[in-house]
Amino acid sequence: MEHNTFHKALEIQPELCIGCSHCIKVCPTEALRVSGGKALLYADWCIDCGRCFRVCPSRAIRVVDDDFDNIFSYRHRVLLVPAVFYAQFEKRIPRRVINDILGDMGFSEVCTVEQSADTLVEEINGYVRGAGEKPVISSFCPAVIRLIQVRFPSLIDRIMLLLPPIEVTAQYYVRRWQMGGGDPAELGVFYLTPCIAKIAAVKSPVGGYESPISGVINMDYVYNKVLHAYKNKKYPEEGMGTESVNDAVSSKGLLWPLTGGEASQIEGRALSIDGMSNVIEFLEKLEDEEIEEPIDYLELRGCDESCPGGILVQGNRFLVADNLREVAASAPDTHIKAEEYKRFCSAYIKMDAVEPRSMVKYDKDINVAIKKMEMAGMLRKILPDIDCGACGAPSCEALAADIVREDASLNNCIFMQARFEKEGSLQVSEAIDLMEQVWGKDRFVNKEKSESE
Amino acid sequence: MRLEYDVAAGDFTRAGNASSAIKKALKQLGVAPAVVKRVVVAVYEAEVNIVAHSYGGHITADIEPEGISVVLADTGPGIPDVRKAMQKGFSTASKEVREMGFGAGMGLPNIQENADDLKIETEVGKGTTLSIYIKF
Repeated sequence: MEHNTFHKALEIQPELCIGCSHCIKVCPTEALRVSGGKALLYADWCIDCGRCFRVCPSRAIRVVDDDFDNIFSYRHRVLLVPAVFYAQFEKRIPRRVINDILGDMGFSEVCTVEQSADTLVEEINGYVRGAGEKPVISSFCPAVIRLIQVRFPSLIDRIMLLLPPIEVTAQYYVRRWQMGGGDPAELGVFYLTPCIAKIAAVKSPVGGYESPISGVINMDYVYNKVLHAYKNKKYPEEGMGTESVNDAVSSKGLLWPLTGGEASQIEGRALSIDGMSNVIEFLEKLEDEEIEEPIDYLELRGCDESCPGGILVQGNRFLVADNLREVAASAPDTHIKAEEYKRFCSAYIKMDAVEPRSMVKYDKDINVAIKKMEMAGMLRKILPDIDCGACGAPSCEALAADIVREDASLNNCIFMQARFEKEGSLQVSEAIDLMEQVWGKDRFVNKEKSESE
Repeated sequence: MRLEYDVAAGDFTRAGNASSAIKKALKQLGVAPAVVKRVVVAVYEAEVNIVAHSYGGHITADIEPEGISVVLADTGPGIPDVRKAMQKGFSTASKEVREMGFGAGMGLPNIQENADDLKIETEVGKGTTLSIYIKF
């Protein structure tokens, strides 16, 4: 389909895809189709939110993460661990055991991502006070940033031009290494990610920024490794771990990845909205100028329950969130590294404006686009408008657009087929051919019969 | 390309449906976000005016490669003094309407600010027709 100009954090594996069409229905940018019995992606429309990954019953969507062994290309290997990672484990597994296992896996230093939240809170409040247009939209969730780039370009200047916590923390460890006289080539900073949008965010960041993160590691993979080592008692005795641990974090930091964690720290009126459909509903209203009440800040998160709902997080999102809240309740208001963070990072916390990524739905030339949109409008009148998805497109509207772009034909619609057959302009065998083109030949074989024979 | 919508009087829950649909079409055509925003503001204000003040109306949007013209025609009381209505803060909205967050008296001036061209034809006791033009 379209060529791919952005780093994609997920890819469809055709050998595993069964063309079930679950993914095409949940994509917030309608970037997926079924053709030839397989899911296909319009890569330029994909925002890496991972909703398709979540609903895929055959695990046909692969997370494009870095090869774990890459960490050994660096002498000093820092792993940045988000707070949700620890919150997934049963409480009886001691934190030190988890860290020691991470050390055994090859990391020299294990650090908490949310250490930078304390510094960020001050910067964000200063930014919001000085902002011209409000509400300011948080830059925390990369899936939301990409959603705005693709679907809400007119809201792009509302995005807060401050780096998210992960990047600030990464900058801290890079600065600290350099100030200690370390060779930059020997430092590897790795991020243990709870979601795939953050993989894309590190690989192709927005806002004229280049991430110092050397690699992104799949949290799901590491969770299984750690749990396996724990169950088999393959971890060092207490005090024998090889890694150094930097886990100072405040209650603010621990709550940051939860819904409301940011909003609760904002001076002024802040809303926290989680879940892609809720975010889209609100952004539509904001874009329509229908939000008349004054709002200073929007914390928007793509996943339900924010990061505990990340697609690479194991365990139930409500339990993970509750565990994190419990830890935060006994954590200090600020932590010992907060001042150092301020000194090291204040110069690196800003980013440049985010560029829109326009979704060319009909044509780049507006003359052609208007004609095509008119044609699509006429097609909409004859299509059934029930969005069954049997054509391989997520909705009648999407099929109409595909037809005028010449990516599909009107015959792909089963209602149109029935009508054409009734009118005698389409033979049954032709209709079957058409459906096989969309769903693959296997779908139209009587499996019951062939098995019993 | 022509898009048409009916607007019912007093139905504030649906006020904005037409401007939202027009916005969607302009976005899909790749019209610059800043221009889309001006269209949304102007048409939304005018649409709310129909809901708030008239007995009902009709919106016709014609999209050409060079720009969009939107005609919003209502039957209703009309505007007795257009010059006064064009002043910021002037409002004839009822208490009920103001309590819903509408009717702050910014409608017409706001439309004027966002449109490249605005024509108002009004007859007291009959209705009002607004013609808005915005260049792409």
